[in-house]
Amino acid sequence: MIRLAAQRIALGCLLLVAASVLIFAGTQILPGDVAQSILGRSATPESLASLREELGLNKPAVQRYLDWLLAFLGGDLGTALSNGKDIGESVAGRLGNTLFLAGWAAALSVPLAIFLGLLSVRYQDRTPDRMISGLSLASISLPEFFIGYLLIYFLAVKLQWFPSVATLNADMPLGEKLRTIALPVMVLTMVVLAHMMRMTRAAILNVMQSAYIETAELKGLTPFNVIRKHAFPNAIAPIVNVVMINLAYLVVGVVVVEVIFVYPGMGQYMVDHVSKRDVPVVQACGTIFAAVYIGLNLVADLVSIISNPRLRHPK
Amino acid sequence: MTDTLLEVRNLRIDGTVRPPGERPKDINIVEGVSLTLAPGRVMGLIGESGAGKSTVGLSTLRYGRGGLRLSGEIWLNGRNIQTISPGQLRDLRGREVTYVSQSAAASFNPSIRLMDQVIEATVLHRIMSRSEAQKRAVELFGALSLPEPESIGSRYPHQVSGGQLQRVMTAMALCPKPDLIVFDEPTTALDVTTQIDVLAAIKTAIRHTGVAALYITHDLAVVAQVSDEILVLRHGKMVEHGAVQQIIEAPREEYTRALVSAHSIPHEEQAATDNPILRLEDITASYEGKIQVLTDVTAEIHPGQTLAVVGESGSGKSTLARVVTGLLPPERGRVLFDDQPLPPALADRSLEQLRELQMIYQMADVAMNPRQTVATIIGRPLEMYFGIRGAEKRRRVIELLDQIEMGESFIDRYPAELSGGQKQRVCIARSLAAKPRMIICDEVTSALDPLVANGILKLLLNLQADEGVAYMFITHDLATVEAISDSIAVMYQGRLVRYGPKSEVLTPPFDDYTDLLLSSVPELRLGWLEGVVQNRKMESAGY
Repeated sequence: MIRLAAQRIALGCLLLVAASVLIFAGTQILPGDVAQSILGRSATPESLASLREELGLNKPAVQRYLDWLLAFLGGDLGTALSNGKDIGESVAGRLGNTLFLAGWAAALSVPLAIFLGLLSVRYQDRTPDRMISGLSLASISLPEFFIGYLLIYFLAVKLQWFPSVATLNADMPLGEKLRTIALPVMVLTMVVLAHMMRMTRAAILNVMQSAYIETAELKGLTPFNVIRKHAFPNAIAPIVNVVMINLAYLVVGVVVVEVIFVYPGMGQYMVDHVSKRDVPVVQACGTIFAAVYIGLNLVADLVSIISNPRLRHPK
Repeated sequence: MTDTLLEVRNLRIDGTVRPPGERPKDINIVEGVSLTLAPGRVMGLIGESGAGKSTVGLSTLRYGRGGLRLSGEIWLNGRNIQTISPGQLRDLRGREVTYVSQSAAASFNPSIRLMDQVIEATVLHRIMSRSEAQKRAVELFGALSLPEPESIGSRYPHQVSGGQLQRVMTAMALCPKPDLIVFDEPTTALDVTTQIDVLAAIKTAIRHTGVAALYITHDLAVVAQVSDEILVLRHGKMVEHGAVQQIIEAPREEYTRALVSAHSIPHEEQAATDNPILRLEDITASYEGKIQVLTDVTAEIHPGQTLAVVGESGSGKSTLARVVTGLLPPERGRVLFDDQPLPPALADRSLEQLRELQMIYQMADVAMNPRQTVATIIGRPLEMYFGIRGAEKRRRVIELLDQIEMGESFIDRYPAELSGGQKQRVCIARSLAAKPRMIICDEVTSALDPLVANGILKLLLNLQADEGVAYMFITHDLATVEAISDSIAVMYQGRLVRYGPKSEVLTPPFDDYTDLLLSSVPELRLGWLEGVVQNRKMESAGY
């Protein structure tokens, strides 16, 4: 089992390196370069050449990649070209905010999705199951900006329970912070809930076909305990898998929500700098996103290895 | 009512089938079944698959698989369980009635330790405390002669063998001290040598605890060993009910008589010839060079005769077939067909070599393309080997259908519209279409009911007489071997432990393994199990 896990981790690292190569290559084939976009109209061939020299843009691509990778591993994310600030510092604050938002959205949506999944299995094809499926499918079908504005209109404008703009300050007390991010958390929850709920339901229903479920029923267990004690533990691997994909989405894919609520997170930061053609920032953000994605999926794989009794307790 | 534990009156069970693309329709599974069982008695329920045995057994727990609907009265311990509340029903399940299923391997939760599963019902119904239940479980493990009764409970299901799991499941059923246990084919999936141990353990456990039981099986010889009385079911209706002795010695109904006399096929052994059609020389084979599955196997098959290859699961029988067909090239040794060495790998063999050696499989279901008609399935080898097409092909297919005793009316059907026995017949016709000189039959009757299997064996023998085809017949069923073979190869752990003409192989003195194998085949007579168990105890005690 340990060998299998080690293999999987090594594979994850390799994948991450491959992703960073792709990101680097992608930024290289963009038309125009940073020197041009910095100088804009004042560009003369001489000033362009000297700026390129200064920024190290004349070196071969492979060398630039290696320089960048080594610095990145050492914690130096480089300097933003557009404003000369240290990327590491800006990202730290932004990433913290994104994780704060994603963390609370996950804390709300994961248990809720699993509970609703268990509930729909218990009442399969009956009213509660249909209602849960219907509502969660409706919420996943609506675009997130639409849900966002809907919530702003009702909860922020009409009822005035929560602020419509989620500007977070580091010195707010926790309660205040939570009130500030309540609306984006709700939107994110509604967006990821359905997927996780449906997969939980499907994974457990799949296990419910097994002969050992019949054994448990014939022992006189209540339907809910049959699901909780006998079905759920054997459905953990697929459930963790879908949970991790959604967690990754919460970190990586929240750009729209961040824009709607003017939330100072990673997504907004990256989108801003894409439009400024600020290559080092885009590279850094892209690599961090890739790391989050690969890391969370790695966790899912490790959980499914660990949750398999045949691997945990060999013959 | 004190001397009646269970009384089923006029049980009727219905289900709904939903064929794709059609309207759901109701079908009747069981009708008019009534039975009475006194405390401590064992009733055998017997019949072929689809007779409704398991369905009747599970009805005593008011459980209908896949939404089956029960009607009629089921009186247990003086009350009609059809009318009790869901809460009372849960209290009955696992306390008054417990269930032992056919496949213990699938019926244990793979991620929970055995002990926790064995005592789950006992603790749930507050029959004993956790520690008392664990103590009782260990005692039961010992009584069922499981190895290391103290520690086996801490293992996971995949860490013990199939035969052991079946005994653990019996312990699980006995643990809450129920009044009734439903045994649903508990030994069917086991090898004969394992079956006898489990059977003996179950019988002893029933005797000692005085629990009543419904014992469901399709094997009359097995049920005769453990039951007091037998109920014969067919197509969901009762055929005959009586004491064990009456059923096996003086059956009243035609159907019961057929069950009792199944397997009695007369077959005269033929003498070996000078020119074997197939010779295996010192075959040694392994998978990926790691696990050696066959070691120095040498055997011959003669034209128009049958070599039966017998052994338990894992003995290398099917691997031998893979070597002969070229699916697994051997590490050492040669396969000679008509004195000519066959290329070891399938890809190197000529079309003619492929045609002369055909194969029939255990699962006829998956050996046919479900989207092809019988005409296409049987016609394919005609086209491939002989280039026969069109009307001529259809005429040949009809001939072949007549040969397998099915006839023209089946020609445009799909496999899903055939019964298990008919599917296997179509597979036989497909292999015959190639006009082979030898057919490898891999457990071709194992998935079939005894009477249907009998029909297939008779057909194979008739075809052999007509066409002069040789068979390599792989099976774990010794009764089948006796019925059809001319020579026998007994395999154990990849080696031939005994090989020769049938009359020699089945005549003492035996080697240890063949003796164990032969003495484990259930015989249809009272007291057979006790006799064998007694003999083995004497032997192991050194007499």
